[in-house]
Amino acid sequence: MGTWDWQVFLKDTGGGETYLRWMMSAWGWTISVAVLSLIIALIVGSLMGILRTTPNKGLVFIGNAWTELFRNIQLLVQIFLWYHVLPSLFLSLRAVPSFVLVVFALGFFTSARIAEQVRAGIQSLPKGQTYAGLATGLTRIQTYRYVLLPMAYRIIIPPLTSESMNIIKNTSVAFAVSIAELTMFAMQAQEETSRGVEIYLAVTGLYFVSAFAVNRIAALIERKVQVPGLLGAK
Amino acid sequence: MNLDFGFFSWKLIQSFILKGLWFSVELTLVAMVGGIAIGTVLALMRLSGKPWLVIPATAYVNVLRSIPLVMVILWFFLLIPLLLGRPLGAEVSAIITFTVFEAAYYSEIMRAGIQSVPKGQVAAGYAVGMTYSQCMKLIVLPQAFRNMLPVLLTQTIILFQDTSLVYAIGAYDLLKGFEVAGKNFNRPVETYLVAAVVYFVICFSLSMLVRQLQKKIAIIR
Repeated sequence: MGTWDWQVFLKDTGGGETYLRWMMSAWGWTISVAVLSLIIALIVGSLMGILRTTPNKGLVFIGNAWTELFRNIQLLVQIFLWYHVLPSLFLSLRAVPSFVLVVFALGFFTSARIAEQVRAGIQSLPKGQTYAGLATGLTRIQTYRYVLLPMAYRIIIPPLTSESMNIIKNTSVAFAVSIAELTMFAMQAQEETSRGVEIYLAVTGLYFVSAFAVNRIAALIERKVQVPGLLGAK
Repeated sequence: MNLDFGFFSWKLIQSFILKGLWFSVELTLVAMVGGIAIGTVLALMRLSGKPWLVIPATAYVNVLRSIPLVMVILWFFLLIPLLLGRPLGAEVSAIITFTVFEAAYYSEIMRAGIQSVPKGQVAAGYAVGMTYSQCMKLIVLPQAFRNMLPVLLTQTIILFQDTSLVYAIGAYDLLKGFEVAGKNFNRPVETYLVAAVVYFVICFSLSMLVRQLQKKIAIIR
């Protein structure tokens, strides 16, 4: 396997910057895709998860259909749909940069998983809480806002944490449509420098660091918002 | 743009799609069987209580679970030729990668399965004179498998979906089959759409089957 050659990161890529610089900017793309998709996933996923717990059959169906659709097609194919198929069906999408399309693809993909968790979180609450909310004169929307959701979100923080870590890992699929993120960098730099082991080690390390950071942030949030009196509370 | 699916014919399916479908299925089945076997061993190691078994198994599972699958695929594709001294081809490389990678996920499922068996059963096994391996083989593992069967199958559906990521090393799987067909007929939009429908139909019906199974085998205690 030969010796290490870490100086490869200081070499010029031919475009006036070092591989280290390129890798850091790729890391930035990875984080941007992850954060923006997570925001979309949380908004859309919460909405769909809530719909699935309402008493209205039509709304439940919409929520269920959404979840099944985005869960049963794998991310790579969904990214291709956003990148190759949608712009040729809807011409106005052609002007949209591929970065945005990938953010929506990953966001909608993850929203199905978050919908599932939000639904489970709400349904884990005793029915009496809904009834109590309605009985005190709150509307259904107010019941969700002030009674159900504050509890449900706290309960599902652990699965939401692993989903947020998954989203960092899943950004790697964006290589397939040439987003300049870490995996794309790894593939191209490996080809150009033939120092694959060093490049891959550095990239893998950055994925570790990112996922670990998400994990710590989530743990912090979990401690801040814990419900006194529940088993998990310290 | 007008969609035109007229070019889809049995001949197209035969010459482009079936080969890819076969590889995806083969990859899924080999990685499932190998992954569950290695995963069960890893789970037993982690529950053995002996540090020299627990630490390596825990490290294996945690490391693989924190790396994106695409990176794992690239790593193996890079390392296998370096270690063997000769290239193996994308398909074989993919089969090894998925077996090793999925083992980490199956092992977590098997660990939960083993832990779901009440302690008293192992104690009862010892009490009637069974050895550790007899207890595991005859009492714990059969129940762990049964309890976890739906989860193991759900993981296998995810595995089937993930096989498309061999795209990164250019192996010819089901998705690649659609892509090549699309390029050949200059109809990429239609072929990607059909690919999505095919994956959806396969995965949705499999997950419905798993749900039925789950109702059927829900235990018994």
